[in-house]
Amino acid sequence: MPKRTDIKKILIIGSGPIIISQACEFDYSGTQACKALREEGFSVILINSNPATIMTDPEIADATYIEPITPDVVEKIIEKERPDALLPTLGGQTGLNIAMQLVERGTLDKYNVKMIGANYETIKKAEDRKDFKEAMLKIGLDLPRSGLAFNIDEARAVLKDIGLPVIIRPSFTLGGTGGGIAKTKREFENLINTGLKNSMISEILIEESIIGWKEYELELMRDKKDNVVIVCSIENFDPMGVHTGDSITVAPAQTLTDKEYQKMRDASLAIIREIGVETGGSNIQFAVNPKTGRMVVIEMNPRVSRSSALASKATGFPIAKFAAKLAVGLTLDEIRNDITKETPASFEPMIDYCVVKIPRFTFEKFPEAKDILGISMKSVGETMAIGRTFKEALQKGLRGLEIGHTGLDNKLDYSKISDAKIKLRLREPNASRIFYIKYALQKGYPASKIVELTGIDPWFIDNIMQIVELEGKIKNEKLKIKSGKDEGRDLLKRAKQYGFSDKQLAELVDSDEISIRNLRKENGIVATFKLVDTCAAEFEAYTPYYYSTYEVEDEVRVSQKKKIMILGGGPNRIGQGIEFDYCCCHASFALKAAGWETIMVNSNPETVSTDYDTSDKLYFEPLTLEDVMNIIDKEKPDGVIVQFGGQTPLNLAKKLQDLGAPIIGTSVESIERAENRDEFAGVIRKLAINQPPNGSANSKEEAIAIAKTIGYPVLVRPSYVLGGRAMRIVYDDRALNEFMKEAKDVSSEHPVLIDKFLEDAIEVDVDAISDGEKTIIGGIMEHVEEAGVHSGDSACVLPPHTLGDDIIDKIREYTFVLAKELEVKGLMNIQFAIKGDIVYVLEVNPRASRTVPFVSKATGVALAKIAACVMAGKTLDELGFTQEKIIEHVAVKESVLPFSRFSGVDIILGPEMKSTGEVMGIDTSFGRAFYKSQLAAGQGLPKEGTIFISIKGDDKRNIIFVAKKLRDLGFKIIATKGTYKALRSNNISAEVVGKISEGDIKILDLIKAGEIKLIINTPSGKRGQSDMKPIRSMAVMHGIPCITTMQGAQAVVNGMESAVKKDFEVKAIQEYLK
Amino acid sequence: MNKAVKAKIALEDGKIFSGVSFGADGERCGEVVFNTSMSGYQEVLTDPSYKGQIVTMTYPLIGNYGVNSDDVESNKLHLEGFVVRECSRITSNWRSQKSLSQYLKENNIIGIEGVDTRALARHIRLKGAMKAVISTQCRDDKTLVEKARNSQGLVGKDLVKHVSCQQPYYWSKKGSRKIVVIDCGVKLNILRKLAEMDCRVLVVPAGFGAEDILKENPDGILLSNGPGDPQAVPYIVVEVKKLLGKVPIFGICFGHQMLALALGGKTYKLRFGHHGGNQPVKDLKTTRVAITVQNHGFCVDIDSLSKKDIEITHLNLNDNTLEGIRHKVKPIFSLQFHPEAGPGPHDAEYLFGEFINLIENFKKVKT
Repeated sequence: MPKRTDIKKILIIGSGPIIISQACEFDYSGTQACKALREEGFSVILINSNPATIMTDPEIADATYIEPITPDVVEKIIEKERPDALLPTLGGQTGLNIAMQLVERGTLDKYNVKMIGANYETIKKAEDRKDFKEAMLKIGLDLPRSGLAFNIDEARAVLKDIGLPVIIRPSFTLGGTGGGIAKTKREFENLINTGLKNSMISEILIEESIIGWKEYELELMRDKKDNVVIVCSIENFDPMGVHTGDSITVAPAQTLTDKEYQKMRDASLAIIREIGVETGGSNIQFAVNPKTGRMVVIEMNPRVSRSSALASKATGFPIAKFAAKLAVGLTLDEIRNDITKETPASFEPMIDYCVVKIPRFTFEKFPEAKDILGISMKSVGETMAIGRTFKEALQKGLRGLEIGHTGLDNKLDYSKISDAKIKLRLREPNASRIFYIKYALQKGYPASKIVELTGIDPWFIDNIMQIVELEGKIKNEKLKIKSGKDEGRDLLKRAKQYGFSDKQLAELVDSDEISIRNLRKENGIVATFKLVDTCAAEFEAYTPYYYSTYEVEDEVRVSQKKKIMILGGGPNRIGQGIEFDYCCCHASFALKAAGWETIMVNSNPETVSTDYDTSDKLYFEPLTLEDVMNIIDKEKPDGVIVQFGGQTPLNLAKKLQDLGAPIIGTSVESIERAENRDEFAGVIRKLAINQPPNGSANSKEEAIAIAKTIGYPVLVRPSYVLGGRAMRIVYDDRALNEFMKEAKDVSSEHPVLIDKFLEDAIEVDVDAISDGEKTIIGGIMEHVEEAGVHSGDSACVLPPHTLGDDIIDKIREYTFVLAKELEVKGLMNIQFAIKGDIVYVLEVNPRASRTVPFVSKATGVALAKIAACVMAGKTLDELGFTQEKIIEHVAVKESVLPFSRFSGVDIILGPEMKSTGEVMGIDTSFGRAFYKSQLAAGQGLPKEGTIFISIKGDDKRNIIFVAKKLRDLGFKIIATKGTYKALRSNNISAEVVGKISEGDIKILDLIKAGEIKLIINTPSGKRGQSDMKPIRSMAVMHGIPCITTMQGAQAVVNGMESAVKKDFEVKAIQEYLK
Repeated sequence: MNKAVKAKIALEDGKIFSGVSFGADGERCGEVVFNTSMSGYQEVLTDPSYKGQIVTMTYPLIGNYGVNSDDVESNKLHLEGFVVRECSRITSNWRSQKSLSQYLKENNIIGIEGVDTRALARHIRLKGAMKAVISTQCRDDKTLVEKARNSQGLVGKDLVKHVSCQQPYYWSKKGSRKIVVIDCGVKLNILRKLAEMDCRVLVVPAGFGAEDILKENPDGILLSNGPGDPQAVPYIVVEVKKLLGKVPIFGICFGHQMLALALGGKTYKLRFGHHGGNQPVKDLKTTRVAITVQNHGFCVDIDSLSKKDIEITHLNLNDNTLEGIRHKVKPIFSLQFHPEAGPGPHDAEYLFGEFINLIENFKKVKT
């Protein structure tokens, strides 16, 4: 069927900032879709508020709106651009929800925009619990017994029918927000309350608990002619009860007979037809009772998803790309399989390896939250590993997780863990359960006992048992292994086939990683690389997408071209996410264009970098020394780039270089000079630049002594970490002592850094590129929050909105001399603090920073691309980048925080980074750009209503101006006693509320009732927080913007003023950059 | 693991793949082929069409869900050997009754695990399906390769006689229509499907005389799947010729090839055949694509069929080979793929309905 000719211009809605449950996978799918549609000759209009995405690169769409994703804003874009069609299925739940709202408010009808891919009725049928249930019953499928409720009384009635335990699922939410498992009456009542609030339509489903059942997912595609294919089946390692995003998952399904699998396949086909997804991808989840085989349908997503990204990477079948093509009328048999070239896309991929996905958690960032998993998603990233066996893939995945494990290793000594603890950690799903399974086996628990406690399938447990058994054997036969002969050699080979890393083996046989590596190589035990080809070798594959394993045959075709290898960032985590993947992709694009062969190495299935279309070659591998060196041994690249993937590759740089890898760009020695405190202090002294007084300590005593010399408060942190991991401001010896204990665990090889904390200073970020001779600034960003709030969490403005020219010139001057002194070749990021008129250098990072994509979007200068070419030997003159770009507009970056996921966690910002993502607001003035950034971050500022203010003593002076403005704009103010007094003495009228600690909970009731539209609350030092914590928690739960810094409050008022005065306009990024 | 018995598979072109035995001991010759299905190994093992072949599963983890007494396509294992990357040492499924390893041992089938099955599959893709020896007897490579070379292979060899039933029997005695199935190695799912569609099913041995079949007064005849080279069984084709036009006939796989031969067409050997459950087949009438199950090493030559009499109904979208034909006048149609699935997707099941329609229409025309 030929593609449609009645539409020419298509609107795509992106998924916005990275949040838990909506990450890079939608950049991957969106980018693919935009490219696919333009390839077919359609014009693409895109809205996405996230500047760190590849999809918002100006060349990906015809018009790109980096604007807040709200129905109002999308309507403005529709009015301006007049697209013929809207493709709602590629921007995650956000895209789908906005599309639904646009239909409901009549926008699409008004402007005659057709929905393609899936229409309103289809989406409603799939997403609305009641409609879905009816549809399933109609086609004769089984579901868990359940009932719907719109209020607590209805909920109680349903419970009477089903009985505890039950699962509560709110309709229309992201990643199961607000859902949960209720085992007691009390848990039930609580969950019903939050569930009703979290649902967009105040609707919840109460369901028979099928916790412990086997969980499966199928990824399907359907075209206009009703051809349907299953792209991939996925079996969850963790049984029902853990959100699939938080489960270890395995592809393909492992423990279904063909009869059962086909039954599931038939059901999927019936579902996609009944729900009526016209074209595109869908994900359907099933649960199977392990004792009886009873199969029930759990849910369906009528759109591309995290799982579809995983399925695409796991099979080589690009679901989003094809979904876009199907949406415009092509059929599966008209699309070629990119990998085999000669066969069509109307087939089902057959894989000849095992894929394991493991979620990455960041509970260490939120110590108040328990690491217990349930049906609300908590993980912030994931890693995928491919092996020939489950054992191999599992161990590769565990080391690819980059949480300090070398595989299924022995981080804890099993003999020291109590039975009670083992049982608890097995029974209650949690982030480290996989290791406790091992500890339990080591302790001699029979597999059947572990199956009983965890509900995990015996097949998985037995595979883990095999790893444990082999590990025992390796320990027993250390000497044989080290001899590298006969039996020892065979054992070593088997260990590699079971996925043991060199480092893990070294730990077992009392050796070191490099010795094992050498022993292995001497004995011819080297990694072989195999292709991901969609067809299990049935056809020739042309796409060089590889994974390593230990087999007989190696399939890599090494070319004679000049090549550069780019090391990616691994799984997303707080502090290292999409921004770095963006830089890696850009490096690949630029170097490819410059004639290099590019080789990407990464283990994150969500990303654009692991799209086989991005680089000339893709190695889907963990980012460890061993795995990267295996590829280098094979490919012998001319250059290896470690600057772009964040801290992960940077941490490997020295070891890679020691093994002979040709690291290009800023030298490893320069990186060391910038990161090592003492050496860096030398640089600073030499250049006569200011730095806050500081020191580095190797012991508690040293730390106390340093703090005494420079005076409290001090900022303390371990060296070589990203995202401010364990960074803290401390005010006294006791707090410092406490910190020293914790910090040592974080990074034992490196000392603790102690800086004088500059209170109330303005922080500034600079991104620049140097070719060793010349340095050009990419952007200077002024932070909205004061120094002390992690740069990744604070909002920032480009260009600076309050700094004088003399200060900015000083910043430039320092940037140039630092680049020269450190012999930077490529990107560098410098953080400054301005206090009074003095410019202090806080730190220099000679690598890509988190702000590179933001600066690139704001200025139109593709910094990472230029930097990559510089690293490959070009000068800035040759590249034509000779002048800092000065922009007329203002861009504001705001961060997005995951507090609503972690109940009980306070939302105060500090030196440890907590945000998961970012948005950009762009406009002609700071106020409007800031207003947009808040709206985009889901913290929409009110235009009227009541504002609650409670601030610390120091801020009382500054609040006057803010409060006056708010009153002038017509807002009502409620304040706590101290604040109220300050306002009244300045003739600002306000209402007063009492303290919660004194029993007055009126403020909580007001928040609950939705009376409060904005909260301004600056917490004082370490104390006085307890009273405000419930208020802030309540604000998070109810989605009320809560400002915790004075600078933030000033910016907010500025933004609100501009919005009250005049509604903002939308403008494509291409127009700004003209 | 210490007691592991080494095993090998030696190919006629000299290539050797080593592994460890997990099935019966012994040595067998056969043609080595690969199957890409990720599930359904028990159905593969019991499929009579694999007679004479050593089957390599490309999916590396086999045996996970064990075997049971229901998921069989015949009452014994017919293949010559089974090659996998890793055989699960435990089984996990509520219907599992025994392990794959035990199953192979009990049925005296050699199994090898630990083989780089992807390398083996690629080798076959590049060089074609070839004669091989699978052995658990520690013999030197040269002897094994020699033996492989000297083995008979599939071409021109009648394998049907080993797998066809000896006596006619009723699979199902209830139903409003009577179907005679000519058993060239019929998969039980074909019989199950027919029974489900309200048919009495009489199974007769391959080579059963046409007159004897017609004496049974069937409403329709099904030519079943089966192993090997269709040109090696002229004695069946002769009888099929006599049936053309007399009763509605439906041919599946080997049955399709015999029909084509009976209609004057030719067959040829494919390089490495189609063995798996993901083959896209286009129904040229509806233009829709079915994901089909296939298992054949031989194929009907499209150009050899008389376009005057025969309509091409189905094509394979991977390699454009012939997948289905229909006689323009006589009540005959046939499919190269397996609409009965087992193992694999059920997309093509609707074609059993077409057989029933053909029968009903023929009845109407006759009366």
